[in-house]
Amino acid sequence: MKHFDQTNEFDVIIVGGGITGAGTARDCALRGLRVLLLERQDIANGATGRNHGLLHSGARYAVTDSESAAECIKENMILRRIASHCVEPNDGLFVSLPEDDIAYQATFVESCRKAGIDAEIIDPKEARLLEPSVNPDLIGAVRVPDGSVDPFRLTLANIIDAKQHGAVVKTYQEVTEILREGNRVIGVRAYNHATREIHDFYAPLTINAGGIWGHGIAAKVGIRVDMFPAKGALLIFGHRVNNVVLNRCRKPANADILVPGDTVCVIGTTSSRIPFEEVDQIRVTPEEVDLLLAEGSKLAPSLATTRVLRAYAGVRPLVAADNDPSGRNISRGIVLLDHAKRDGVEGFATITGGKLMTYRLMAQWATDLACQKLGVDAKCITMTELLPGSRSCDSKTDRKVYDLHNHKLAAAVARHGEMAAEIPAKTPYDNSFVCECENVTVGEVRHALNKWHVNTLVDLRRRTRVGMGTCQGELCACRAANLLGEASGSVEKAESELKNFLQERWKGTYPICWGDALREAEYTRWVYGSVCGMN
Amino acid sequence: MKFDTLIIGGGLAGLTCAIRLQKQGVRCAVVSTGQSVLHFSSGSFDLLGYNQLQEVVENPTEAVRELSEEHPYRKLGDCVKEYASAARDLLTQCGVEVKGDAKKNHFRYTPMGELRPTWLTFSELATAESASSYPVGKILIANFAGFLDFNTNFISGVLTRHGAKCTHATIQVETVEHLRISPTEMRAANIAKALEMGDTLSEVIRQINSLGKGYDYVVLPAVFGFKTSEVVKRLYEEVKVKILLLPTMPPSVPGVRTQMALAAAFERAGGIFMPGDTVRRAVLENGRVKEVFTENHGDEPLKAKNFVLASGHFFSGGLRATISHVEEPVFGADVDYAEGRENWYDADVNRPHNYQAFGVHTDECFRMAVKGKTIENLYAVGSMLSGARSLEEGSGAGVSMLTALCVADEIMKGSTK
Repeated sequence: MKHFDQTNEFDVIIVGGGITGAGTARDCALRGLRVLLLERQDIANGATGRNHGLLHSGARYAVTDSESAAECIKENMILRRIASHCVEPNDGLFVSLPEDDIAYQATFVESCRKAGIDAEIIDPKEARLLEPSVNPDLIGAVRVPDGSVDPFRLTLANIIDAKQHGAVVKTYQEVTEILREGNRVIGVRAYNHATREIHDFYAPLTINAGGIWGHGIAAKVGIRVDMFPAKGALLIFGHRVNNVVLNRCRKPANADILVPGDTVCVIGTTSSRIPFEEVDQIRVTPEEVDLLLAEGSKLAPSLATTRVLRAYAGVRPLVAADNDPSGRNISRGIVLLDHAKRDGVEGFATITGGKLMTYRLMAQWATDLACQKLGVDAKCITMTELLPGSRSCDSKTDRKVYDLHNHKLAAAVARHGEMAAEIPAKTPYDNSFVCECENVTVGEVRHALNKWHVNTLVDLRRRTRVGMGTCQGELCACRAANLLGEASGSVEKAESELKNFLQERWKGTYPICWGDALREAEYTRWVYGSVCGMN
Repeated sequence: MKFDTLIIGGGLAGLTCAIRLQKQGVRCAVVSTGQSVLHFSSGSFDLLGYNQLQEVVENPTEAVRELSEEHPYRKLGDCVKEYASAARDLLTQCGVEVKGDAKKNHFRYTPMGELRPTWLTFSELATAESASSYPVGKILIANFAGFLDFNTNFISGVLTRHGAKCTHATIQVETVEHLRISPTEMRAANIAKALEMGDTLSEVIRQINSLGKGYDYVVLPAVFGFKTSEVVKRLYEEVKVKILLLPTMPPSVPGVRTQMALAAAFERAGGIFMPGDTVRRAVLENGRVKEVFTENHGDEPLKAKNFVLASGHFFSGGLRATISHVEEPVFGADVDYAEGRENWYDADVNRPHNYQAFGVHTDECFRMAVKGKTIENLYAVGSMLSGARSLEEGSGAGVSMLTALCVADEIMKGSTK
């Protein structure tokens, strides 16, 4: 393993720690490039972690965007193999309801087949057997190879592998300036939010993988990348209503996908254009919640009476192409901009557009460009090289981990695959549960704090699912804060982290604060505000 | 079944009202769904901790006069002092030992180790005279190995900040170790039960004495005495270092013991306690409640001259919020709340939320109303009343007990007429 930690000179600097940046860092590192990845907050913090977690078969785009559909199904098959610990091969149904035009089904199936998607029309009765939660009034159903993917684990696995191949990853380091020499970008200046220091880093190529924030990063060198900030709101339900992904068989519209994943299911999305100033403070409105519930209940009627756990929203980094006010007809296609060709600025490229599903292909394109510019001849191997966590995804690993430790790590094995074997589990303390909803042990928390770039409790949640369960962090928040305090040696940090964590959980709760969510919120508020006196 | 008064809710408010009435010869029954907020309490009873400017209140009985007109305390008029003293007497008579004074707040420790103003505290727990009188010297913070609901790091952080020198230590005993086999067992109440098995306590005391040599204080989690306070007494008698017993995260061991003591006192006085039952619907006739039906009793109605609803706020199910409105589920009684759910909360979790003050609408004697019409024999007590912001004010236990005593007096007045 090579170490470049001491240097500030690299072959490639990647700006952005979403899935695109993480995937690009991994691809570059696998091809022998010296890589630095800079992320202003936590990995998977932007659009990467704020979507359905849908392993698209591509069927959704088949009619409107055949190129994206074809990319999707190819990447779908690759991810099932290389990221098996992040993927649930749940399958998907595209259902037609009485209000939908059944004639669309034929067009849909035809388009799917053209894109290489295995789409099979099945009898509505069979669909109900396959997915009992589906609206019993359905008039048609098509089965497609949809699935679910955990974007947090997928990003982490890419980051871990990139680091194993020598990449340097720095989180909470925000690029404040792009360094230039004439018409050439020679590196970046970054502000370290933790130490409040400023550092310069140099490389012959800087890749902008900032998602919607990439607009602002390009603007720092006076380059205009016209992006289309399209907000999409989603709701998480307290348990899995469905086990098969449910889609509406019609032209893509609001709230027509219900995805099961881990212990929950997610309905989404809405789509509305927002100004750039709002990208960092997006909120889910009561109108969006009402719409998601109304439309979602058409797919699976029991959603109307299922507890809503959270609401959240992400901003799609679509590249503006026309004046479509909804942003829905814009291609989800990948956009790779070589700014030397496009704008006459050497040493700078932007990789954007695309989506979670095609991150690997985006990374491949960006890395191909990097290799070409740096004169490196190395082939992309990411379509076959398994990610850490998915390397021995057989029962042998499970047994090994069970033998080594105990049944308490079962959830951790499901989350981290063979990486779970590294989790400390020797002492009774390490095996104590921090989070009882998601079965996260003290050992897993300590491991994440040490090895997985965890600076805050919210980062910890993304790595381990602490606080993601039905209680939304009632007791585990305090327990995890205690451990964070122990690891960082700072009680003040633990206290402020606990407050931030509770505020962050509330952000997702208040838009859906009625019924059991209000009960739980009142209890949490009472425990921390009243009993603990944290005001 | 027929009673003089039927009380719905077996928490602090319901039991206070029931005990008060039963002791005066009113035949009461209490229907209790499940756990009480006491189970999750801090180990203290607040009367009024903060004024509207969020300043610490020195004398709660004086400061209640400054509260807004809608506050339940204002309906008690000049009787706040009298009821506060009656509430304290009631606890003592039920075997719940407390310290504190309604005319002068003292300070309780939070599970985070901070001091907060309060009215009464269980005698066994550590308290302080002022907001800044933290203990100094060499302090040992001892915890049971693997018990994560005692915030040792936060506590030592606070005590160190105030000048103490803190050291951590763990107590390891086999009976407690067994709890770890099941993931959700390592909780305060289960540790307390384990400590009452065999001679575990002697071993714990031996370890504390050995660890605590040379220290000025030993800080311990309040996990002693699940069924009785005998265990606590032995702890204080046999540990040679000064003990500071601090509350854990919920469940609260002294809180559970108090709830059981109150229920037992009610039963000893002749009351009927129906745990694990829920009132499902009520029959109203001529502006009065005629009878109610419960989950366990099916078609068998429970009849009474008077009904007291003490079923708590949202968390306890006394109030229920749907996507568009707030309701009281048993009687469909009138509720004071804001229209439009975006007016229920604040986006900042630490700011006051309007939902906290929502509650059932009552007249000057705490009688409820349905569709604007007062129900003559239906009273509401405790946290389900509208107008209190118990979280910001620190008034939860006080509102529960004082309104319960007031309603008991109202019912007595009516029965002697």
